[in-house]
Amino acid sequence: MGEATIFEISSPGRIGVKFPKSDVPSFELPSELERKDLPLPEVAELDVVRHFTRLSKLNYSIDSGFYPLGSCTMKYNPRINEVTARLAGFSKTHPFQPVDTVQGNLALMYELQQWLAEISGFTGVTLQPAAGAHGEYVGVMAIRAYHDDRGDKKRTKMIIPDSAHGTNPASSSMSGFDVVHCVTDERGNVDIESLKSVCDDTIAGLMLTNPNTLGLFEQGISEVIEIVHQAGGLVYGDGANLNALLGIVRPGDLGIDIMHFNLHKTFSTPHGGGGPGSGPVGVANHLVDFLPCPVVAILEPASGDFPPFYGFMEPAKSIGRMKAFYGHFGMMVRAYTYISMYGKEGLRQIAEGAVLNANYLMALVSDHYKLAYQRICMHEFVVEGHWPNAPEVHALDISKRLMDYNFHPPTNYFPLIVPEALMIEPTETENKETLEKFADALIKIADEAVNEPQLLKDAPHNTPIGRLDEVKAAKDLVLCCWIPETET
Amino acid sequence: MFIPHSDSDKSEMLKKIGLERIEDLFQDVPEKHRFPDLNLPEAVSEMEALQNLKDLAEVNFSTEDMLCFLGAGAYNHYVPAAVDSIITRGEFLTAYTPYQPEVSQGTLQAIFEYQSLIAALTGMEVSNASHYDGATAAAEACVLAYHHFRGKRNKFVISKGLHPHYRQTIQTYFQGYEKLRIVGYENEIPLPDDDDLLEMVDSDTAIVYVQYPDFFGRVRDFSKFVEQVHEKGALVAISVNPIALGMLKPPGEFGADIVTGEGQPLGIPLSFGGPYLGIFATQKQYVRKLAGRLVGETVDKEGRKGYVLTLTAREQHIRREKATSNICTNQGLIALAATVYLSLLGKHGLKQVAKLNFDKAHYAASQFDQLADFEVVTGGPFFNEFVLKCPMPVEEINALLLDYDILGGYDLSRDYPELENHMLVAVTEALTKDEIDYFVNSLQEVCHG
Repeated sequence: MGEATIFEISSPGRIGVKFPKSDVPSFELPSELERKDLPLPEVAELDVVRHFTRLSKLNYSIDSGFYPLGSCTMKYNPRINEVTARLAGFSKTHPFQPVDTVQGNLALMYELQQWLAEISGFTGVTLQPAAGAHGEYVGVMAIRAYHDDRGDKKRTKMIIPDSAHGTNPASSSMSGFDVVHCVTDERGNVDIESLKSVCDDTIAGLMLTNPNTLGLFEQGISEVIEIVHQAGGLVYGDGANLNALLGIVRPGDLGIDIMHFNLHKTFSTPHGGGGPGSGPVGVANHLVDFLPCPVVAILEPASGDFPPFYGFMEPAKSIGRMKAFYGHFGMMVRAYTYISMYGKEGLRQIAEGAVLNANYLMALVSDHYKLAYQRICMHEFVVEGHWPNAPEVHALDISKRLMDYNFHPPTNYFPLIVPEALMIEPTETENKETLEKFADALIKIADEAVNEPQLLKDAPHNTPIGRLDEVKAAKDLVLCCWIPETET
Repeated sequence: MFIPHSDSDKSEMLKKIGLERIEDLFQDVPEKHRFPDLNLPEAVSEMEALQNLKDLAEVNFSTEDMLCFLGAGAYNHYVPAAVDSIITRGEFLTAYTPYQPEVSQGTLQAIFEYQSLIAALTGMEVSNASHYDGATAAAEACVLAYHHFRGKRNKFVISKGLHPHYRQTIQTYFQGYEKLRIVGYENEIPLPDDDDLLEMVDSDTAIVYVQYPDFFGRVRDFSKFVEQVHEKGALVAISVNPIALGMLKPPGEFGADIVTGEGQPLGIPLSFGGPYLGIFATQKQYVRKLAGRLVGETVDKEGRKGYVLTLTAREQHIRREKATSNICTNQGLIALAATVYLSLLGKHGLKQVAKLNFDKAHYAASQFDQLADFEVVTGGPFFNEFVLKCPMPVEEINALLLDYDILGGYDLSRDYPELENHMLVAVTEALTKDEIDYFVNSLQEVCHG
């Protein structure tokens, strides 16, 4: 039986929290502005706590099991992050406080800007973007601003490889660029001829994910970047897959001009059921002036016993403000905590662990699942969830069946260039035994697909609810609980 | 710590892979850039990290150390203990976007309830699963309006009563649109009047944006205003403070097409400006143009009620360059916090907290009204914020107030040069009468220092 909604468990007269009695006189609101009816639930605190506790138990989470969702980097979220982000000195500061009362916040932000720049090989970093896609938007606008500033107005196209995340083309077109595609070659790299064929003096840049969404390091990376630069374009790096590169290679050193980070992937801030994320953007020297405003800067350098004085600064040719205030500060505290615990030597172990886990898992299943590309992978790999001798079974069925084995499924049907794709990213925080158990489940499922396909078609069997009718959801479009009519 | 591999694990795994050394995994990386030395501090333990972070936090003055009369889009409200207790449950905290509904019903139902609560609160028909914050929600509302008219209406009329950061964000989002004009920026003294916007509205106008309560704290009935804008065929968007809607007529009753707002007052810590919560609600007719995620009710094969992400065909991962918004990750956990907050307060609590804010702010204003050197510039009704004209620059006052452990109000001259010496004072339920009196006295003392 499902959980009733909060409106359904409402009963007149109940309240879940009590506020102090007013100690000031009552003032009148003009009656035409008065709200006649407030149709919110009426529930006691325990009702609320039980309701949401029961709901929580219907979720699969990293804390409850293996979550190899490709492209999402579902690594363990250290609990210390939650403690530091809640320190009153951080969590109870107002964004408009005078800067001399928030020097701790500003020092943290400044240092995090510096650390991210160092890790990625860039000169400048903005912490403002709220999520990866928001960072991409900063990126494409900065690229436009860069060309405009040089008086180069004819660059109207953005090149996007066919293996790119969906947010890349959406970010480009949102900013008014025409999207042109280049294809992937038989090794899983950007096809050089295809890239050359779309490169001319109308391209603003290339949006490149490296490692790409096939989980492969772009073998021709230097050449790709060179070709785009030769044509006068800039290279945007989608940093969603940075986990594979920490301490291994710095995207800025490779010649990438601008890149976003996902603090909620690479730097362990929790995904929270779909946010909040945080998508800082790093840029090479020639783009520093275009960063969104404000950025944190040292206004007066340290002297004697006095630490530096931090404040906000507007870059000279800033594209402007991307959101209210300065970004998801709470996420910055978590990422700062995480990076400080790994330090200069430790970050490389993250990438090594992630890549080792992915290759080990790939080796365990490669006799049973067709690999999209036969190469050493980076932090993730893609297999085809389909067999000629089990024609009715699809990748989605495998995913659903994995739930019965108490695993979260991989990403399905992405990247689009692999048929029946299952994109598997184990992350560095999983141990060898977990990977082996997951591989065993995948192998059993491969066997079931041939011998008992219906078991997969009907899966999942052990979850709180079965496969849901998505067509009905879109057709009937019930987006809201029944809200009781209340008397005024 | 967080990586479990022992040396023997590693060597067994490498053997299975068919490699000798970990370094062999990275042979595709250009050699000259491989394994850079990072100029970062040495790693610290959890205990040391906590101490370092505590040291940084202690450099700040927080609203625990000071009485907070500062608002301007972020407010110091009391957050009931149960909110944090629920959102720190690992099952919510460490799940991803609910792409696999069979194992994500907790997140999905919570978002469905969030959508319902926001629809109820705003008086609108549909709410999405959230945007990043009030500013980006406002920008996305403009995106919706722009595409609603297929780019054929090229004027946005935006009130000066809309939060300055929201206006700036809209400007940023649309900087590539050369035909587009964003109007409504003229300086007006003493405070702008939204009715003046009406004469700018014409057949080229896609959207008119106002705020309720506006940036200066004022509230008014927008029913006629909306009607007049609709006569010109443009959409009306209203940015709201959700706490105020505990007592104020909801914008749905004004006939608004889109309601956005900053959800931070609903149980979200100030946290130096984020993460917050972008509220986005609209009427059903615009649902297919709505950016961001939506959760819908449906059934499984056995007919059991359940929830799924729906209308995903609008989204970037399907439509790619044809999508009108690129939003992917939104504010899931913060929306959950708001859901728990609204559930706890409910019908009576939200009204009570709104009334406390209203009364305390009016009490504060009434005290300043009695002082010769101060003038409450806000005429007419307001919610929990008002504009106070002071005898000296606000920045100077605020610096002096710190010695009284008071975080003074917002300096309006930062965004409105004509409002020199004007302070935007916010008063919430977190302040007592005695604290308000202390503020009034301190402000007087400081100005006569």
